[in-house]
Amino acid sequence: MAEEVKLIRTWSSPFALRIVWALKLKGIEFETVLEDLASKSPLLLQSNPVHKKVPVLVHNGKPVSESLVILEYIEETWKEKPLLPEDPYEKASSRFWAKFSDEKLLPSVWTVFISQGNKQEEALVPALENLQFIEEQLEGKKFFGGEKIGLLDLAIGWMADMVSVLEEVTGLKLIQEDKFPLLSAWIEIFADVPEIKESGAPREKLISKFQAIRDAYAATK
Amino acid sequence: MGEVKVFGVRRSPYSCRVEIALKLKGIKYDFIEEDLSNKSPLLLKYNPVHKKIPVLVHNENPIAESLVILEYIEETWKGTPILPEDPYQRAMARFWSKFIDEKCMPALLKAAVKERENKKAIEEAAELLKILENELEGKKFFGGDNIGLVDIVADFIGYWLGLIQHVTGLELLTKEKFPNLCEWSHEFLSSSIVKESFPPSDHLLEYIRSWLSANPSK
Repeated sequence: MAEEVKLIRTWSSPFALRIVWALKLKGIEFETVLEDLASKSPLLLQSNPVHKKVPVLVHNGKPVSESLVILEYIEETWKEKPLLPEDPYEKASSRFWAKFSDEKLLPSVWTVFISQGNKQEEALVPALENLQFIEEQLEGKKFFGGEKIGLLDLAIGWMADMVSVLEEVTGLKLIQEDKFPLLSAWIEIFADVPEIKESGAPREKLISKFQAIRDAYAATK
Repeated sequence: MGEVKVFGVRRSPYSCRVEIALKLKGIKYDFIEEDLSNKSPLLLKYNPVHKKIPVLVHNENPIAESLVILEYIEETWKGTPILPEDPYQRAMARFWSKFIDEKCMPALLKAAVKERENKKAIEEAAELLKILENELEGKKFFGGDNIGLVDIVADFIGYWLGLIQHVTGLELLTKEKFPNLCEWSHEFLSSSIVKESFPPSDHLLEYIRSWLSANPSK
């Protein structure tokens, strides 16, 4: 059967990158449709009328939105090289932490990087707490998924690129090796996986982008 | 089969979601009512990250976050499925569940409870409800012919919202503007399992009244 798989994304969206990783890890051929969010295409607006956001996966003409929902869809549609464990409790744990990553961890880390001075000091408290929770999840494991990359690694994978870019832009080292040895080790192994390595956005471009965002926040205070 | 416990609060729609799913599947469980102003050591042990209810504990294994719990229940007890078989339909159910939790619930709580004089908040909530209204077109339940994940996740809209409107006079979810949602709510509440899982309306009305007078609108 001819499969048509399209991924609508932007060059920098970390949520879209999760989908690129999942498709590559499962060996699924796909076409990328790059969006300019300042000028959203009719395809995007049709495919995701509710949120009008990327990423959207379009499989044989049918759109799926929301990156964690897309990951579950990919997992259930292409069963080779599973990303989720079989055991329902382990699965629940992956889902819990993926949700935590999106709802708590990422926003708290982001806030640290766009804040300045006292506000940044304050923002560090929840961010470090959240990082500690994640650090503990790696106890005795190589990847969050265990011996192999799993859905949770993909969900937290934004840390591998983004954190080092943000650290460079702000000069603040958030994930210190002595405080977060497991997370530091994971970032290195994760970034080294071939499908991950070949997929990243150009680092210099990311640095310019986040520098501009941080400057804009500082200017609006 | 194992021991199933639910740490919850009966007046919480999030807590009730878990009870509906367990009852639909005929699973026996112990319900432990938490006092949120004085959380039990067990709750804090089972959900150290968020310290919230509901938490499902199955054979001593705790699971938190109602959507995660519902998926776990679905995968562990296969009778009376709440998710369809087809991966695309499952993705749609998950999409709508997320939409309800991340967009509708905050907007509804703002419009109906926290900022109940705020016209803009009410308009924004109405826009989101319209999206759900359209999704129900031609369907008895969000899940199709039977109650499914999305119906369970929409429980606040199906039950709590109507009762709050009754107390405050808010006219947000009305038959004129949302005929599908109102009809859905009626069908949803006709299920004896759903009714059993919710606190009786007089209890909830009393709770709503006292909460509202203790918490004036912003």
